Amino acid sequence: MVHGKSASERIFNAANVLLMTMLALATLYPFYYAAINSFNSGNAILRGFSAIWPDEPSAASWRTVLSDATVARAFGVSALRTALVTAGSLFITSMFAYAYSRTYLAGKKFYTALGFTCMYFSGGVIPFFLLISWMGMYDTFGVYVIPSLFGGFYNVIIYNANFKALPDSLFESAKLDGASERAIYFRIVLPLSKPVIAALGVFTAVGVWNDFTASLYYTQNPDLQTLQYFILKLIRSYNATEQLASSAMANDAVIANLLNNARGMGEANSKTIELAAMMLSSLPMILVYPFAQKFFVHGMLLGSVKE
Amino acid sequence: MTKQQISVGRDVKTQVELHGMLLPGTLLMIVFSIVPLFGLLIAFKNFKPAMGFAGIFTSPWNHFSNFKQIFRSSQFAAMMRNTLGINLFGTLISMTVTIAFAMLLNELRGLRFKSAVQTVTYMPHFLSWVVFGGLCINILSPDGGVVNKALLALGLADSPVLFLADPKYFWWVAIFTGLLKDIGWGAILYLAAISGIDPALYEAATIDGAGRLKKMRYITLTGMMPTVMIMLIFAVSGMLNNNFTQIYVFQNVLNMPASQVIDTYVYQIGLQQFQFGIAAAVSLTKSVFALLLMLLANYASKKLTDSTGIF
Repeated sequence: MVHGKSASERIFNAANVLLMTMLALATLYPFYYAAINSFNSGNAILRGFSAIWPDEPSAASWRTVLSDATVARAFGVSALRTALVTAGSLFITSMFAYAYSRTYLAGKKFYTALGFTCMYFSGGVIPFFLLISWMGMYDTFGVYVIPSLFGGFYNVIIYNANFKALPDSLFESAKLDGASERAIYFRIVLPLSKPVIAALGVFTAVGVWNDFTASLYYTQNPDLQTLQYFILKLIRSYNATEQLASSAMANDAVIANLLNNARGMGEANSKTIELAAMMLSSLPMILVYPFAQKFFVHGMLLGSVKE
Repeated sequence: MTKQQISVGRDVKTQVELHGMLLPGTLLMIVFSIVPLFGLLIAFKNFKPAMGFAGIFTSPWNHFSNFKQIFRSSQFAAMMRNTLGINLFGTLISMTVTIAFAMLLNELRGLRFKSAVQTVTYMPHFLSWVVFGGLCINILSPDGGVVNKALLALGLADSPVLFLADPKYFWWVAIFTGLLKDIGWGAILYLAAISGIDPALYEAATIDGAGRLKKMRYITLTGMMPTVMIMLIFAVSGMLNNNFTQIYVFQNVLNMPASQVIDTYVYQIGLQQFQFGIAAAVSLTKSVFALLLMLLANYASKKLTDSTGIF
């Protein structure tokens, strides 16, 4: 028996490493591609995207995006919404979960029934839309925040499991010393639950930052659009003209030319601006990603491992 | 002491405090989750938006005419075909590939390389579909997108492929972009399942002379089966659910025959054409079937594997 790796073993390892490298590159390439083309000039883009390095390097799109009042406003709306929803829902949900986790809570069954009903049954988008209009929240900033202030019963279950894991003796001695529930929640439970709060906070923030459906469903006012919705509109309008241009290209060069002009010429056009805005909206994510990654994975497994 | 323990927390002051802490969450749940459930009544009614919220209760019943309208709609067949097609092929492809990916990741010997691959492949999960979809649209662009450039250079296509304008490609665009976005994230659960497998099994197999592939097939894959079954139950119960955010980003007038799914149809007839009754009837029907599918999948999984169901 020869020790060490057999030839087939080595081939397997090499092929595996190669495959994984290719997959990682395939994942990274779209970002690289968007990044370099956001630094390309609009005229160059009209001739085709650059694959490796910008054909005509230009920072015009970034200058446009960073100085544009609409983009700045959309960024502000998204940022404010993310901050308010994350802070509010962490507080309201964890406080709910603490009270719910107490064995001496009277009427616990009511809250369990309510929570599971809300988790499993949903009226869907139409009744929700009617409710929002009826409450006068249609086309207001409130629609971005108020309905999301409770993080959902699923998160309560996750908090509950974590709070139950804290040593009972802590709670007992605090109660015997006459501490109020509020004091126990603020002074004992919150400080000891930083990992789960961080994990759920990161998840909430990412979900809110990335959402465009609230703008699409419940707002009309352009001043209220979120950054994601602003980019969505750019993508969809550009996509529509581009697809029309390509189908027209084969038949009629004049129409194709007109459509090309509609997409804009010059240093920055709607495409390069779209790319720069996409990069801008991903920047907060990309910046926190290395630090938040362990929370993501921790959070993913929080609710899923059967105990 | 015992007397004190029994009474701990049972006093009125504590209970008032606890219920006060539960109050904000409870109110939000009742207003934003329970009240809308009553709104589903409009699926059975002749509801007009002008009636306001009270109209949900006061509008006349219309004997399932909303439901009949759905089945008579010219879009019904295409909408069902697209919803089921994208989900069915999507589930098969993405589950198989994600499981294979998790198994291959597990076989990597360099730990640093393994965690680098994981870090990179998780990332797209945290980007919005607006951004990730926008990136994919650029790459697939018929106007000098890198995929079309490569196809033309390799002689695999004579003219640029209209990935987003030609309906016949839409399903595959949806399926493969979905796979690329979530492959790393989806693998986390399977990797957790693999790490729960007893190492003694591998040692015993090595002594018995099993090679690498045999061990992957008979130990790793078998050990993952309970997790795979649970994921399959979720996938089956989600068969009528599309990712609205994904589909909406890719949808345009030209690919509509292949991209109209239940969720986009509800948005279109409900929030764009204000036919609330029909839209509510579609969502209600969808939810009922989703519940039935979940019960069915759970039952089948219990019968087939005689152990794992989700309840």
